[in-house]
Parts: sequence; structure tokens; C-alpha cells
Amino acid sequence: MTQTLEKLKENYEEKYGFHDPETAVFRTEKGLNETVVRQISKIKGEPEWMLNNRLKALNAFIEKKMPTWGADLSTIKFDEITYYLRPTDKPGNTWEEVPDEIKNTFEKLGIPEAERKFLGGVGAQYDSESVYHKLNKKLEEQGVVFLDMDVGLKKYPEIVKKYFGTVIPIADNKFAALNTAVWSGGSFIYVPKGVHVDIPLQAYFRINAKNFGQFERTLIIADEGSSVHYVEGCTAPVYSTDSLHAAVVELIALKDAKIRYTTIQNWSNNVYNLVTKRAYAYEGAVVEWIDGNLGSKITMKYPSVFLLGRGAKADILSIAFAGSGQHQDAGGKAVHMASDTTSTIISKSISMGTGRATYRGQLRVDKGAQNVKSQVNCDALLLDETSKTDTYPYIEIEDETATIGHEATVGKIGEDQIFYLTSRGLKESEAKAMIVQGFIEPFTKLLPMEYAIELNRLIQLEMEGSVG
Amino acid sequence: MHRCGEELPGLLLMKASKLEIKDLYASIDGKQILKGVNLTITKGEIHALMGPNGSGKSTLSAVLLGHPKYKVDSGDILLDGESVLTMKTDERAKRGLFLAFQYPMEIAGVNYLTFLFTAAKAQRDEPKLSLLNFRKEVLEKLKAIELTPTFLERYLNQGFSGGEKKRAEILQMMVFNPSLAVLDETDSGLDVDSLKIVSKAINTMHGQDFGCLLITHYHRILNHIKPDIVHVMVDGKIVATGDQSLAEEIEHKGYQAMQKAAI
Repeated sequence: MTQTLEKLKENYEEKYGFHDPETAVFRTEKGLNETVVRQISKIKGEPEWMLNNRLKALNAFIEKKMPTWGADLSTIKFDEITYYLRPTDKPGNTWEEVPDEIKNTFEKLGIPEAERKFLGGVGAQYDSESVYHKLNKKLEEQGVVFLDMDVGLKKYPEIVKKYFGTVIPIADNKFAALNTAVWSGGSFIYVPKGVHVDIPLQAYFRINAKNFGQFERTLIIADEGSSVHYVEGCTAPVYSTDSLHAAVVELIALKDAKIRYTTIQNWSNNVYNLVTKRAYAYEGAVVEWIDGNLGSKITMKYPSVFLLGRGAKADILSIAFAGSGQHQDAGGKAVHMASDTTSTIISKSISMGTGRATYRGQLRVDKGAQNVKSQVNCDALLLDETSKTDTYPYIEIEDETATIGHEATVGKIGEDQIFYLTSRGLKESEAKAMIVQGFIEPFTKLLPMEYAIELNRLIQLEMEGSVG
Repeated sequence: MHRCGEELPGLLLMKASKLEIKDLYASIDGKQILKGVNLTITKGEIHALMGPNGSGKSTLSAVLLGHPKYKVDSGDILLDGESVLTMKTDERAKRGLFLAFQYPMEIAGVNYLTFLFTAAKAQRDEPKLSLLNFRKEVLEKLKAIELTPTFLERYLNQGFSGGEKKRAEILQMMVFNPSLAVLDETDSGLDVDSLKIVSKAINTMHGQDFGCLLITHYHRILNHIKPDIVHVMVDGKIVATGDQSLAEEIEHKGYQAMQKAAI
């Protein structure tokens, strides 16, 4: 078992787990206090209101207790973490402008290649700051804005001030408060009325430093009748000490707009991934969270949609892969506050080794929200005897006109299924990978093809590691 | 150039010409099912294996491919003289052994064509096999088995009717082109038309490079496929071997008479 785990780690280490020497141009001292928060704000040259926001958030973070209802977070050493680290003073609009070492990292991760092939825009963040940002010309001409959040605040202060923290308030939860206090980087997207961004925009988040905290902040506003597909990916080096990633993502889909937000989270197994993601969907709007969690030590993430206008729709598809030493506590949340709104939450988890996958979800229908339709499905697959899964579905229905469906299954890969596939010449690991790939096919089919291929490849690697 | 420990595709893909089952005893959960089976099949021959329910026919097919639930207690299974007992299931398949399942497994979310392609690549020594060319090849075979191309877009055996599952097993046999196939009750549950289609496909495969063991309850399929040798299995043992007249005898007298004769 140890050997196979080693192999898994090597695979990750080779492809994603490498690290560059730390050559930050500026970093705050270890630990978190008011000075650190003021330093971050100052180096960014922010407006006063944002600094005040941060300070309020810092207080909220300190006052709020650690959540104990979910995964075990007691081992996070907040004082050991560096909260801000500026890798370079010169973010680029071309890859040539990006410092060589950092550029090479992203080359190795295949980002510039993906950009050339199929993306409409790319943002690349390295530790605390964006190092590269580019939107294709056609989209720029249509008035689409795709910037890193810091530049967004400088260029569009009114829009940011109007929406920042409105979907996820400062004191929403301890980690949202932490993010608000020390946020840096992330994406700011505005899609004008009626504009359809039909090729995905992507942001890639890379942690390089040790004992580090990354706190990106993303705000996406899709104006009336517009649509956009945003994809984010992330990886980090393998270290023996822990890092922390606590992002906040706010989506606003105005009347008849559509946002699809796809995540392929593949942090190294020493990262705590504690993320708050929430969307407002107005009349006729559609919000889709396509949330894939493969990496991290502990993930707690429940992408949410508040359905605020008649006919709004939420689709949440959450996939979690919990390998040895990992706890994926994931799910989704739909809050129906208007009539004729619909939601589906589909969760699929796979656990192996000592891995544990938890589904935690909430469905709420407010009084007066009529003819709501919702379906919640959670399927768990256990690959061996040692892995674990649990399910916490919370359902609160206050309007009797709602139509609600809920199904949950727990399964194992059957010996007979493996026998069938191996009798066709597949190795046991290939057979298992095929069954797992089939299990998460509802997720994979929604990804851009390149990601689907990459995801299937990752699963194959995991399976090779699992068959001793 | 091959690194040490890497499988040599040339060697791997030598398909076996002869299957020998020697005094085979096998059990499941401590219960002995096979009690001394002897049988030899050479490429080019069609053997029919008949027998009542519970006589061990399906167990034999599972044991031949190495199902982990079954334990071989003694005896041997040889492919071209080499014991397969230490070979994994996929290695046996790569040596040209194929099993058409009586109850093919349903696997959700796995596209049929993707499955066929992945398995064909595992079995064949054709590193440059492209999906496009492979698809063309499969489409030809689909026609022979009278399935429509949309079939390839479906999930592996999921929601297939009983007849479709059986036909799909024969499609796989045509695609993987084994040298020795075990067909476990491929005829049960088939209507007259499907039985004809399946039989025709098996007859098309029949030739110098293909041998098969046709497991069946009924004489019916033997009106379409002419076996060279017929065996009767009762209580984990082959109790009679003969030509097609043996199958006809069973049809008239039933298995019970055979069983008594064996005792």
C-alpha cells in the first residue's frame, strides 16, 4: 500500500508537484494581524472603502469560531502561514513579459498551449498575484471585461463597489471573512447585455511558496441576456507542510443571463481548500456550477445558487475524488426565493484507500415561491473496504406547491464488472478506471473536451496507483 | 527496443491454437462445482457442451477466464501446453480466449465504441489504430449482426434488451477475433430471427483459425450451427461425448436418462 501511494505521489510530483525557488519581490511577515492587512491594501494602492472592508473582515475572522460541523480543521496553523506574497512587479499581457521561471511553470502546466488552442481568455495567478492576463480581441471589442480582480478594482471601481461582497457578505463565514481581509488576485468579469462568450475563459491558480495562503477573489457579472463559461484550474507543489487556499467567488446572473462556472481542483495533498462560492440568479437566468474536486488535503466547498427571479434555474454538479489522506466535504446549495424556479443538484463521489467523501447539501424553498421543481441525487462509489462516504442532505420546504425528488446511492465496483472488462483484455487498473470514468461521465461530458481527456488521464493514474 | 520488464507485444499476441482442460476440479465458497472435467478444443473445431441447469457449464466458462470468485482445486487448464492458472484474466484474453457472457454486465456511462476501441487496443498489436478506422471496421460488423450505428453511442449494455445484449456479445467476438471462444448460452432468450442472425455470425467466424465451445441447454441452436463434437455435462463432469446424434438423443430422451447412464 505504501508503495502504491508513493507512486501516486510521484505522478503528481512530476507533473504538478514541482516548485520554483521562492523569489518574491515582497512578502508579508508570517501570521495575520492588522499590519499585514494594511500592508496588502497599501501595496495595491486601494481606495479607502476597500481597506475598511478588509479591516472589518479581519475582526469578523478573529471573532468567528472555527466551524466544527464539517471536516477536521483543527490542524491548520494560522500563525505559520504567509498571507501575501508578490512574485513579480510586472504582470504581463504577453507571455514574453512574464519572468522566465514563472513562465516555464505555466508552460509545464500547458496553459499557453491551451490558450492558443481553445480559450477566449486566460488569467494566470502565481501565489498572491496575477502574472498574466489576456482576453482575445474579438471579445474585447464586444465590451467583455476579463481582468484580474486588482486591476478590475482600479479600472471599474463603481461596478466593483456595487457588487463586491453583496452575494457573500463580509462575515458570511470564517473563511469568507479571512478572504475578504487578505484577498489578492482572482478574476473580474463583466459580460455586456446580449453578448455571448462562446469560448471558455480560463483562470489558473498556482501556489508555489511553502506554508502559504492563497486568497483569490472572483466576481462575475453577466448582464441581461448574456452568457459566459468560465473555467478554473489549480495545482500546487508537494510539500510536507500545509498550505491554505480560501477563495471567495461571487456570481451575478442578471435577467435571462447564463453563467457556467467549471472548476477542476487538483491541489496537492497538503492544501486545505476552503472555498465559498455563491451565485444570484435573477429572472430567467441560469447558473451552472460544474465542480470537480480531485486534489487537496481537505476540501469544504458547497457552490450555491440563490434563485431570486421567476423562472431562474440552477444546475449544480459536484464530483469528488477522495484518495488516501483526503477528505472531500463537498456538495451544493439551492435556495428558491421565487416562483417557477428549478434546480438540480447532482453529487458523485469516489473514495479509495483512507479517503473520505462527504456530500453536504441544502435545498430550501421559501414560502410563496410557487411551483418550484428540484431534484437532488447523490451517488457514492467506494473502491475498497477502507474508504468512507457519508451524506448530509438538508431539505427545507416551506411552500407546498414544490415538487422535490431526492435519491442517494452507495455502490462498490463489482467483481463481476471487473471480470467482464478484464475478459476483454483490459488490465484490472484499466477496468477500474473505465468504470470510474463511466460513473462520472455526467460531469465529464460537460467539460471542454481537452479537460475531459485530462481528467480521464488523471483517473487512470489514480487507478494504476490503487492496484497493488 | 524494449526495456526490461516491458511486455513484448509480438509474443503477447500469439493466439493459442489449443485449449486443454485436464481433470479440472473447481469450487465456489467451498462448494465444489467442477468434479474432474476433461476437454480438448483445437482451432477449427466447434464443440457443443450441453447439460441440465446447475451442471457446472457456466462455472466452467468462468473458471476458464479466471473469475476471482472461483477456486481451482486441482487439475489444469492449458493454452498450447502452457498452464493459464497463474495468468490474469486479461492475459488469457490476449492469448485468444474469449467468453460471450450469458449475462453481460451493464456499465453506466461507458460509451460502447470507446469500450470496444480501448479493449481492441489492449488486445491488438496495432499502436497506430485510429478511432476513425476502427469505427469503420466496427460498422461493417454491426451490419452483419443487424444492429444500427446508433448502438455505438449507447452505454455498455445499459438498457439493452436481452436479445441486444446477446448480439452485442457476438459483435465483440467478431471485433476481438479470438482463436478460441466460449459462448455461454448465447442462444437462451433469443427469438427465432435473432437466433438466425447470431448463428450466421458464428458460422462466418468458423474456420481454421477459430474454435469454439458452444454452451447450451437446447438442441435448437444446433439446427443452425453444426458442431463437430457434442459433450454432455452432468454434475460437474462430462458424462458423454459424441457427434451430433448425441444432441438429438438428448432432445428425445432428456438429460435424466443421461444422468442415470452416467451413474
